[in-house]
Amino acid sequence: MVQLALPKNSRIGKGKHFPAPTGAKRVKTFKIYRYDPEGTENPRWDTYDVDVDRCGPMLLDVLIHIKNDIDPTLTFRRSCREGVCGSCAMNIGGRNTLACTHGWEEVPGKEITIAPLPSQPVVKDLVPDLTLFYAQYASIEPWLHTDTPEPRAEWKQSPEDRSKLDGLYECILCACCSTSCPSYWWNGEKYLGPATLLHAYRWLIDSRDEATGERLDALEDPFKLYRCHTIMNCAQVCPKGLNPAKAIAEIKKMMVERVA
Amino acid sequence: MAGTPNDFRTPMARARGLGAAKHGVGHFIAERVSGIALIPLALWAAFSGPMLAKGDFATAAVWLSQPLNAVLAAAFVVVGFFHLRLTMQVVIEDYVEGFVGKSALLMLNLFVCVLGAGLGVFAILKVALLGGAL
Repeated sequence: MVQLALPKNSRIGKGKHFPAPTGAKRVKTFKIYRYDPEGTENPRWDTYDVDVDRCGPMLLDVLIHIKNDIDPTLTFRRSCREGVCGSCAMNIGGRNTLACTHGWEEVPGKEITIAPLPSQPVVKDLVPDLTLFYAQYASIEPWLHTDTPEPRAEWKQSPEDRSKLDGLYECILCACCSTSCPSYWWNGEKYLGPATLLHAYRWLIDSRDEATGERLDALEDPFKLYRCHTIMNCAQVCPKGLNPAKAIAEIKKMMVERVA
Repeated sequence: MAGTPNDFRTPMARARGLGAAKHGVGHFIAERVSGIALIPLALWAAFSGPMLAKGDFATAAVWLSQPLNAVLAAAFVVVGFFHLRLTMQVVIEDYVEGFVGKSALLMLNLFVCVLGAGLGVFAILKVALLGGAL
């Protein structure tokens, strides 16, 4: 059966508390998941009372402030700090999002909980292991497939056909959607998940691609594609405002089109 | 178990798994078509059921012996169990792990639904054709 309770070594205990510096005027508490798989201890929640006048408006600013000035052992992944690289995807206040584009003032509640993306193995603290996620993306062969000899210049595409890729190409593979999807939680090894399927559709709908049939063949599977039950968490959390559920629905429509 | 320290398969091997089963669209269509068919059938059943419950058995038997009523009642039972089987199958596939347990439950699902539909149709025919007499 589906595992509903955490295994013993994953149960989260209470961790350290870091009080605010004296004289702090505006203090916000951040409850952060801490875990080192190489150690023997269970994961724990550390709480940090942060003087928010000392850091910027985004959650990533808070995390960087904690690491620089409060607790250098905190581990997280970040790079571009402007919602383009997808590195700082994490679960903030119970919702997957990018720490760099989400302001801490936008998160309701007295205390802001920050945890790694759900359902993935943890490398350390807020860093999830997305190896399988990336392999699933690679498995749909996300590049142009053609048999026709390459033209001298570019493969031509009309502006209308190009516009079909809008709302798809913007995906940055941050994994917020896939790791928010219950179907992906229960069957992540077999279900490709919303991000990969959105990209699969991006190549299916590309007017220049010649492997549409083979691509559909590779997806037609009760698990790879049809585990999507339009729960819509993917579209709700996507920090880029994309709608993977709609892309999956379009793939299902193409599947019907080819038999009907 | 996949992903454990003793699993040396490459991530790509895990992602590809056993490959695509090359089916699923039939199930998808059947689920939707039976779902659509159940809308009028269920409305009809929800309307007819309470109406029959008001009268006695003899009145109900006469009502069910009318061809349209008998056929619609049988269609409701058959399509209902057909749809139930398809949807329960998805629930089992979603939540149950392990080949043996999952296969056993999928078989049980099929058997229960076939049995339910068979019994339902038999009961309808018996009342419709024999007036419920033993």
